[in-house]
Amino acid sequence: MSRIRHLISIDDLSKSDIEYLLDRADDFLDVARGKRRLRTLEGKILANLFFEPSTRTRMSFESAMKRLGGEVINLGTLEATSVAKGESLADTLRVVEQYADCIVLRHYREGSARFASQICDVPVINAGDGAGQHPTQTLLDLYTIRKEARLNNLKIALIGDLKYSRTVHSLIKALALFNAEIYLVSPETLRLPEEIMDVDVTFVECDLKEAIENADVLYVTRIQRERFPDEEEYRKVAGSYRLTAEMLENSDAIVMHPLPRVDEISYDVDGLKNAVYFRQAFYGVPVRMAILSEVMS
Amino acid sequence: MNVLTISKIRDGTVIDHIPAGKALEVLKILGIKSGSRERVSMAMNVESKKMGRKDIVKVEGKFISDEELNRIALIAPKATINIVKDFEISRKFRVSIPQRVEGILRCPNQNCISNDPKEPATSEFRVEELNGDVVAWCVFCGKKVYDVEKYLV
Repeated sequence: MSRIRHLISIDDLSKSDIEYLLDRADDFLDVARGKRRLRTLEGKILANLFFEPSTRTRMSFESAMKRLGGEVINLGTLEATSVAKGESLADTLRVVEQYADCIVLRHYREGSARFASQICDVPVINAGDGAGQHPTQTLLDLYTIRKEARLNNLKIALIGDLKYSRTVHSLIKALALFNAEIYLVSPETLRLPEEIMDVDVTFVECDLKEAIENADVLYVTRIQRERFPDEEEYRKVAGSYRLTAEMLENSDAIVMHPLPRVDEISYDVDGLKNAVYFRQAFYGVPVRMAILSEVMS
Repeated sequence: MNVLTISKIRDGTVIDHIPAGKALEVLKILGIKSGSRERVSMAMNVESKKMGRKDIVKVEGKFISDEELNRIALIAPKATINIVKDFEISRKFRVSIPQRVEGILRCPNQNCISNDPKEPATSEFRVEELNGDVVAWCVFCGKKVYDVEKYLV
């Protein structure tokens, strides 16, 4: 594959780039589990710049970097930084790149990571830009699908907030490379935007029951209160899809979720063999190890 | 037979094959507005063998810049430009759609980093012609723009 300098959008990766990164993640599985030690990024520093809350993405990058022998510095809370004094993102980036060998950026503005990659000499990894792209989440989703089901000719149901969910938007683009059939299950007001459907994929709009009967993977997303322009609209659709153990009684479909969940997957699903969402969170570590190794090697 | 009569110009630019109804947009791109001193002739919705109907703009004393050309190409991808010197056409060419434009279009996505006044981000778009229409993609947020004339800066 060609050398990846920055990772901004899943669109920047070819099918073979994706397969290469997933293969590399396989190489790091034991290291991610702490069974083997590696020091390949010893002496390197990663800067985590998170302008929006995050637990999994931030901590899995931190874990991945430390498992590779590197070190991590964090922006900390925004109130304690120059951002609170009115510093622009551009200036923050120009300063932070003086302290680190790679920047992981999460920012509320769409396109902020691409902008950062134009400004910075060190590699920039997009950890989510507004409702835009979240390519490392997509890669770990693909990795989970490959490990727990199959990636080629997959039947996958995307359930919940298909309008605002950036993980869903990026995942659709990537699945288009693997000949997937995609079932869409969402409230009317949270349907997938038409521009996201402009890919070479078969889409089927259906209800939850049909999706469970047909799909190999049920990818459930949270209805995100913070993305709604008004609270009333959120209340109309909150809790409209809830997956329970009873509904999965005769299904072999794996259940994925980018987490955090609120009430869209009942706790009684956690104990079923179908539930892979906590392993999915773990797979973030080897996948991010593969990405960090690639951009910093 | 109807004969189109627009007087010849001595020195300046003739923009032909503008899609019908878009001549006013072209004038806007050229910075010609109420109070401007340029001598301008304009014909709208005239018959055209190639296009059915088209607009034509003639501006005396004005030679078009590359940036203006790029802007015109976005709204009139089939326009032809005639540079006139001493009543003769000294150069004639078709506009070509630029593959990328900077600072010419505004991203319709209000949450795009290019719309943040605090950041030194110049808007940047990748441009393509699809089935005769111009389509632009924001390089930063990926937003697709079909009606580009609405977003000309």
